[in-house]
Amino acid sequence: MTTTASRPASTIFRRPRSTEGFWSWITTTDHKKIGIMYGYAAFFFFIIGGIEALLLRIQLAGPNGSFLNAGEYNAMFTTHGVTMIFLFVMPVSAAFFNYLLPLMIGARDVAFPRMNALSWWIFIFGGLFLYSVIFFGDPTPPAGIADSSGAIVAGNLDPTDATLLAGLPDGGWFLYQPNAGPAYSPGTAVDFALIGLQILGIASLISAINFIVTVFNMRAEGMRLLRMPVFVWMTLVVAFLLLFSLPIIAVALFMATFDRQFGTLFFQATGGGDPVLWQHMFWLFGHPEVYILILPAMGIVSEVLPTNSRKPLFGYAAIVFAGAAIAFLGFGVWAHHMFSSGIPAVAQAAFGLSTMTIAVPTGIKIFNWMGTMWGGRLRFNTAMMFSIGFVAMFVIGGLSGVTHSIVPSDWQQTDTYYIVAHFHYVLFGGAIFGLFSGIYYWFPKITGRMLNEKLGKVHFWVQFIGFNLTFAPMHWLGLQGMVRRTWRYAPETGLGPWNLAVTIGAFTIATGVAIFWFNWIYSKRKGEPSGLDPWDARTIEWTIPNPTPAYNFATPPVIHSLDDFWHQKYTEDEEGRPVRKDDADDLVARLDHDGRNPKSPIHMPAPSYFPILMALGLPLIGYGIIYHTTLVGLALLFIGPLITIGALIGWGIEPLEEPEEHQEHGEGGELVGAGAH
Amino acid sequence: MPTPPRSTRFPWSGRWNGVIGASALALLLSSCSLIEIEDAPLSAVEPRGPFAEQINNLFWPVFWIAVVIFVIVQGGILFSIIAFRDRPGRKEPKQIHGNTKLEITWTVIPALILAAIAVPTVSTVFDLTECGDDAMTVEITGHQWWFEYDYPGLGIETANVMVMPADQEVCAVMTSADVLHNYWVPALNGKRYLVPGQETVLRLQADEPGEYWGHCAEFCGLSHSLMRARVLAVTDAEWDAWVSEQQAAATVPAEGTPAYEGMLLYQNLCTTCHTVNYGDASEFTNIRSDDVFRGPNLTHFSSRNVFAGAYLPYEGLSYDDALEQWLANPPDVKPGSFMPNLGLTQNDINNLTAWLATLK
Repeated sequence: MTTTASRPASTIFRRPRSTEGFWSWITTTDHKKIGIMYGYAAFFFFIIGGIEALLLRIQLAGPNGSFLNAGEYNAMFTTHGVTMIFLFVMPVSAAFFNYLLPLMIGARDVAFPRMNALSWWIFIFGGLFLYSVIFFGDPTPPAGIADSSGAIVAGNLDPTDATLLAGLPDGGWFLYQPNAGPAYSPGTAVDFALIGLQILGIASLISAINFIVTVFNMRAEGMRLLRMPVFVWMTLVVAFLLLFSLPIIAVALFMATFDRQFGTLFFQATGGGDPVLWQHMFWLFGHPEVYILILPAMGIVSEVLPTNSRKPLFGYAAIVFAGAAIAFLGFGVWAHHMFSSGIPAVAQAAFGLSTMTIAVPTGIKIFNWMGTMWGGRLRFNTAMMFSIGFVAMFVIGGLSGVTHSIVPSDWQQTDTYYIVAHFHYVLFGGAIFGLFSGIYYWFPKITGRMLNEKLGKVHFWVQFIGFNLTFAPMHWLGLQGMVRRTWRYAPETGLGPWNLAVTIGAFTIATGVAIFWFNWIYSKRKGEPSGLDPWDARTIEWTIPNPTPAYNFATPPVIHSLDDFWHQKYTEDEEGRPVRKDDADDLVARLDHDGRNPKSPIHMPAPSYFPILMALGLPLIGYGIIYHTTLVGLALLFIGPLITIGALIGWGIEPLEEPEEHQEHGEGGELVGAGAH
Repeated sequence: MPTPPRSTRFPWSGRWNGVIGASALALLLSSCSLIEIEDAPLSAVEPRGPFAEQINNLFWPVFWIAVVIFVIVQGGILFSIIAFRDRPGRKEPKQIHGNTKLEITWTVIPALILAAIAVPTVSTVFDLTECGDDAMTVEITGHQWWFEYDYPGLGIETANVMVMPADQEVCAVMTSADVLHNYWVPALNGKRYLVPGQETVLRLQADEPGEYWGHCAEFCGLSHSLMRARVLAVTDAEWDAWVSEQQAAATVPAEGTPAYEGMLLYQNLCTTCHTVNYGDASEFTNIRSDDVFRGPNLTHFSSRNVFAGAYLPYEGLSYDDALEQWLANPPDVKPGSFMPNLGLTQNDINNLTAWLATLK
């Protein structure tokens, strides 16, 4: 079966070559359009998650704050975590994967273009489903407590505290049981979180399979595994992490959903269930998840640093293997999130040691990045500054991470702001700085224009200073005893002044992000045209015109070495210094011209209505599960699967394209005919 | 299209970045040294007992090793930024792809450092996990949102404030009545979960008499942030006095006094959840059934300087005002409170506070 429609159908559906039109986006199977949609959706959620963070920081600016009530505060830190992890960092990474992976391996699209569209639509429906709780959720969630006869004794909520915001999920992104179980979180808010995450997980799982198959099967001629850019390697590693970790959380989410909906007692101590089991399952997913968030940024930095240092990546193989090692070890350290949960001493010691070992491959990466810069000719464009910022900030997060592997020390630090500081240094100073670096670096690839560098540098410095002002004091706050998820702290704790600094820092970050947004909007329309090769880059995604044509490569590329594009432009003198070939400028001009003028028509995967339709069924099933005791809920439990399965059948019988239409360069980047099986 | 010349493309590049970067880093570092604690009762780096001390002694060496690595790495980055930045006349760099000896060095050295750290880590884990033989047992039960303390063998049941002799190990045997909680008194030890249906232990010991602050560290629902704890370490003489005081029954107030009225109000409204022991002979003694939700034992309410999960009173709110606010509308003071708004009149509140004052 193929993804392409028959000729009559293809005259009805718009081809992805068209760059405009509502339906072209709805039905697209073009990895670039899907990547762009992922990117915009992610930044939409970034704003929401950021506003949530600012609300939290206003509340904590001084002791005994009264800006938010307790329910609102708990809802805000829960949704902030869920949003930033699942609806911002992961989809921005997905945007990069989608847009760049085929370009960097010399392919015309991913292996399964319709599945790619499906995973995007499932993602966005999952995210909207999660937030739709604000319309459906129960704004008055009193705590409930079961006495020994099983009857629920409800806690009491002042009526003025029952606000809209307080109706959002409030169990923490970790949804620890039994607090997020049926007895202690009655109402529907937590159900939306559980099922929303389940839907998002399906999207990621589909993407993971798609990317793995793409990397293994769609590489251009000569693109051996060890000639792949590090970003592609990290994409592959992340895809495997997703593939192995998501099923675990899927099972855990199902168990928790069954506890809440159908009265099972997997995690409910009242019925002999084990609340700590949830933690094991959650972190067995949750720790690999951390690497899912950070490795894409490491891949980006591994592209930006060499290009702007005008040197090859130092220790390419070491960086690749260190990335794989981090991922592998990442499955053996989950209990370090649970050092104070009362697990036996032997287990604590073992997980302490396994956690320490992660520092070794992480260190290898950092030293190799430093080695890349060492002796180079560093160009400080914004992308480079964010990449260097990444390395510098990630080191701090890594070092504070080592102190957590000192198990007794972690008994003091866990559940305090020290941890909040640590993982923001890793995930914000690390992942998000890396992702911003990637945005500045590849923006011309997407738009054909440069992001404004002046604004970019102001953005970097404001964000860099704001970031450190926000998260550096948190180390100290944690050591001074500020516990996490704390709506109020006592004046006597002496935590006030540093919290005020943190709040000022948070608003500084927000200012930086606002500058970035302005830059994006401005540069997208008025930015300087980039030309083909604005960075004098090393990798083959820069051998095609900007913005990328719908077909990517007019002629499938043939790869001769690592950093193939660089070696097309440069030779080395006897000292090992690069010398630009005489015809390099001609080459770039020729690539630009040829890339825009394919010699023969190129057939691309045709659009399809079925991915969005198939995805549409899932949130309906979600509502059905939550409201299964009502008639509407039961009806949705029927309609949802009907849509999904119906779309699946339609997907299956979509007409094929005749094989003789294939282009003759069928081996490398040829995509026509590749599709879901 | 020809490649634009490198740094001339952007007017800002190069010159100032190193300077700004260096000053930002200097600011960061100096902010660390400026940290002065006015008074931080929850500080985890001011140990006041042997177990916290042991952890502290493990943390700081690792911290300083981390500082050294920090300085080396950030120094290397800063040096690169300044020394290797693109400037007119700078030659193209040699295309170096790696160096096996260096790779081995920066793999092996961190591994050795970690191995060195691992040894004391593992031994401390085993040291601190099991209670000593002559430890005194206190059972701690977590409730939404307060800690209950039971002294088996002494027949004492109290809440919010744990009293213990100084220089004596307490073995806290802990569980939870509802959700996960996490008991943490930073000056005395690290933290440990309270898990419903399971038992966990935590060693606590204070070198000197004094009041030590604690906090529930695991998110446990609506008022998690108000679930706090106090540990009062006392001299041996004070300890003996406290035990006999706590073992005594409360005294029934004189008839006709506001306190007496308050007691009658209590008998009407509060006995489902609360307990007051007036001695075996008194008709006013009530022991609430374990079958229903438990509130704190009030027999010696006024012997404790804090209430409502050790949240009240706080700086700027006197004990009397806090108590009045609490009785007037508990869910307003402590969201989700299992003590409902009882619709008390000001007169009721006055009587109840007068009565509570008799429970010493």
